[in-house]
Amino acid sequence: MLLNGVRAAVTGGQRGGGNRGFASAEATREGGAGSGGAVPRERTMVVSLRESVQQVSDPRNLDASVEEVFRMMLGFECKRDTRPAVVDKESVTAVVGFGGILSGACVFRSGAGTALKIAAQMTGMEFTGIDDTVKDGIGEICNMLAGAWKGKIPELAANTGLSVPAVITGHDYKLHVQAPEFQIHHIYRFDEQFFEVTIVCDGLQ
Amino acid sequence: MSEIRTLIVDDSSVMRKIVERALRQAGLEPLVVHEAGSGTEGLEVLKDKPVDLILSDINMPAMDGLEFLRQVRAQNLAPGVPVVMITTESSEEHVKQAIQAGAQGYIRKPFTAEQVKERVLPLVRAA
Repeated sequence: MLLNGVRAAVTGGQRGGGNRGFASAEATREGGAGSGGAVPRERTMVVSLRESVQQVSDPRNLDASVEEVFRMMLGFECKRDTRPAVVDKESVTAVVGFGGILSGACVFRSGAGTALKIAAQMTGMEFTGIDDTVKDGIGEICNMLAGAWKGKIPELAANTGLSVPAVITGHDYKLHVQAPEFQIHHIYRFDEQFFEVTIVCDGLQ
Repeated sequence: MSEIRTLIVDDSSVMRKIVERALRQAGLEPLVVHEAGSGTEGLEVLKDKPVDLILSDINMPAMDGLEFLRQVRAQNLAPGVPVVMITTESSEEHVKQAIQAGAQGYIRKPFTAEQVKERVLPLVRAA
């Protein structure tokens, strides 16, 4: 699976908001000070993240976003972990694409057991297998992670849109990303459940 | 106390349930909930069912929450009914657009039941 495909989907038919959240440049008209009737001059303001790439790629933003989403929506104290994620043979992956001044994706991945536990906490229901409700819940978690992460940077919050979550389930599959601009990949733990969150940026204006 | 008839518009059925649970935790009882998975569905619900409160996501396929809200106001489908947007979008620009479209409240996901209580209860009481 190529995440570039996600970007294409985001920019081609983004989730809501029309093109409002995707403007990378805007033109404003203003008169000169005290010009009183002078011909307005055009000023073009270009929104760019290039100069703040270090801030955008700061890994602490992702940690803070994960902790916030899991604490507020699930009541779980979630911490970053250095141990390799223990993923069941069956796993669940949710992808939310970014489009706008940053293109890429937020990817959540966990084993089936962790996904069931998250969905149970979200809904108050018990699940015995990965059904549509579990996939919906995991997609929403990924959506909130993506939204919380981009919300840490005002320029990103205002000029980057999110795609509808895509959720993949199955056995023994791998995600491949083509030479991203930067990538943040962290493993997190709550109770003894592990999951991975990856921010992939494959384009930055 | 009379029923609080509420429309929850979100493309995620799980999120609709979470919002409903938060409203009940906030003390909005007796609560009657109508659900819609998109702005288009939301408009159809409002044509048939009077409501006292609307909560809507912004990012949805088919018709997003801002366009839904503009249509609600333009078609006068829920006159005087408070609308609260619940969304992952957190920029000032999105808040401004929501207010311009006719929203009275804005809650960013993730949220707590306490935040829902603080922002929704006063609107319901004032309506």
